Amino acid sequence: METIKNYFFADMSVMLGRSMRHVLRSMDTIITVTIMPIAMMLLFVYVLGGAIQSGTDNYVDYLLPGILLIAIANSVGYVSYRLFNDVQRGIFERFNSMPIARSAAIWGHIMTSLVSNLISLTVIIIVALIMGFRSPAGILAWLAVAGILALFTLALAWIAAIAGLSAKSVDGATAIAYPIHFLPLISSAFVPTATMPGPVRAFAENQPVTSIVETIRALLSNQPVGNEIWVALAWCIGIMLVAYIIAMRVYKKQA
Amino acid sequence: MQNSIQVKGLQKSYKQLHVLKGVDFEVEKGSIFALLGSNGTGKTTIVRILSTLLKQDSGNVTVNGFDVLLKPESVRQSISLTGQFAAIDEVLTGRENITMIARLRHLSNPRQVAADLLERIGLTDAADRRASTYSGGMRRRLDIAMSLVGNPPLIFLDEPTTGLDPEARIEFWKIVKELSGNGTTVFLTTQYLEEAEQLADKIAILHEGRIIVSGTFAELKQLFPPTQVEYIEKQPTLEEIFLAIVGKKEK
Ligand SMILES: Nc1ncnc2c1ncn2[C@@H]1O[C@H](COP(=O)(O)OP(=O)(O)O)[C@@H](O)[C@H]1O
Ligand SMILES: [Mg+2]
Repeated sequence: METIKNYFFADMSVMLGRSMRHVLRSMDTIITVTIMPIAMMLLFVYVLGGAIQSGTDNYVDYLLPGILLIAIANSVGYVSYRLFNDVQRGIFERFNSMPIARSAAIWGHIMTSLVSNLISLTVIIIVALIMGFRSPAGILAWLAVAGILALFTLALAWIAAIAGLSAKSVDGATAIAYPIHFLPLISSAFVPTATMPGPVRAFAENQPVTSIVETIRALLSNQPVGNEIWVALAWCIGIMLVAYIIAMRVYKKQA
Repeated sequence: MQNSIQVKGLQKSYKQLHVLKGVDFEVEKGSIFALLGSNGTGKTTIVRILSTLLKQDSGNVTVNGFDVLLKPESVRQSISLTGQFAAIDEVLTGRENITMIARLRHLSNPRQVAADLLERIGLTDAADRRASTYSGGMRRRLDIAMSLVGNPPLIFLDEPTTGLDPEARIEFWKIVKELSGNGTTVFLTTQYLEEAEQLADKIAILHEGRIIVSGTFAELKQLFPPTQVEYIEKQPTLEEIFLAIVGKKEK
C-alpha cells in the first residue's frame, strides 16, 4: 500500500502524457476545442458584432469570457469519449491488474482536460489580443480568472467522467456534451440578458454559466465582482463535488 | 512454494446466475496450464478473480503465495494479465504502448525495455507506427509484449488466439513456448482444444461451474472410452475426449 501511494503522481503523469497524445493526435479534437471557438469569436466580432449592443466599446472584450467557456464546454464530450474507450477496450482492466494506484487512471483523464484546456484557452486569448482585446486586469485578477476557469473545467470533466464510465455506447458517452454546449448560448455570453424575453431571461440569469461569465468579465475589466463571484464559485465547486463523488462511485464499482 | 496458483472451492454468482459452483485446481510453478471450456462457462470470470479484478463469493484463491482478497497489491506486483480483447492503446505507437507500461511498472530503463521487447516479438519494423494500423496478429503480439514488461513470474492469457488466423496462432504458440522455456508460469484459457493440446503441460476442463476433469493430455486420453479406440485408427484428439466426457456427464 505504501509504495503504491508514493507512486500516485508518477503514475498519474504517465496517464496524463498518454491521453495528452490522444488530444494532440486528434485533429477533430483540436478543431472543436480551439478552431471552432476562434471561428465563433471572428464571426461574432466581425459579422454580428456591429449590430450587438453590449454596452462596452469593444465587443471582443465583452465576448471573450463566453468564448472561453464555450471552448471548455466543447472539450467535455472528448473526456467522456476517451474514458468510454478505455473502459470498453479493456485498458482500464489492464491498469487495474497492475500494481498502480487505482485512481491514477481516472485522474489522468481529468488532468488531461485541465492541461489541454489551458493550452487551447491560451491560444484563444492570444487570438483575441490580436483582434484588439485589451484588459486592465492585474496579475491577481488574472489568477482569479484562471482559478474559476479551472474549477469550471473540473466540474464539467467530472460530469463527463460519469457519462464516459457508465455509458453503454459511444453515442451515449458523448451525448452529455449537447446540453452542456447549450448553456453558454443561453447566457449573457453574447448579449446582455436584459434583451431576452421573460422565461429565457429567467433561465439565463439563473444558470451557472451567466454568473461565471459575469465574474470573469468583471475581473478582466477591473470592475467590482460583487456577489456574482460567490454564486459562480458555489456553482463550480458544488457541481464538481457532486459529480466527483458519483463518478468515483461508478469507477470503483467497475474495478 | 510449489504452486503458482491454488484454488479451492471457488464460487461466484452474478445475481441469479451461478457461474462457478466450487472450482478446484492448482497450477505448478513454471508450467503452462490450460483452462478449457466452451463460451460462457466462466473462464474469464476465473481469470478476473485470479487477477484481482473481481472478488469471489467464497473459496480460497492464492496467487504466487498471496491470498487475492487479503493481499491484492502483492498479487498485482507478481502477475500480468492479457485480457480476452487486446488491451492496447491504438492512438499510440507500439513502442509508446510498451514504454508506457514500463513506466507504470517503475522500471529504470523504459526505452531499453521497449526496444528489447519489440525485437523479441518481431515488431521492430512497425514499432513507430500507430497501433491502429496493426493487423490482428500484430495487435495480439503487442498486447502480450505489454504483459511481458518487467518479467512477471505468472502471466494470464485469456483466449489469446480467438479471432486470429492459423498462421498468427502458430506464431503466438511459439511466443508462449519461449516464455515458458524461460521459467514463466502461463495460465491460459481457450476454447480451442488443439491449442491446449499443443501448449499445455496440464489441462483442466471447466463445465457447468466445475472442473470436470484435469490432467496431462496423456492422462485425459486414457479417459477416452477404450472400446472406441479400436474403431478409430488415428489418435483421439482432445476434442473427442472433451465431447466424450461432457456427453457422459450429461446423460
Ligand atoms: N458482469 C457480469 N454480469 C452478469 N453476468 C456476467 C457478467 N460477466 C459474465 N457474466 C456471465 O457469466 C457467464 C460466464 O462468463 P465468462 O466468465 O465471461 O465466460 P467465458 O469466459 O468462459 O466465455 C456467462 O453466462 C456470462 O454471460
Ligand atoms: Mg471469456
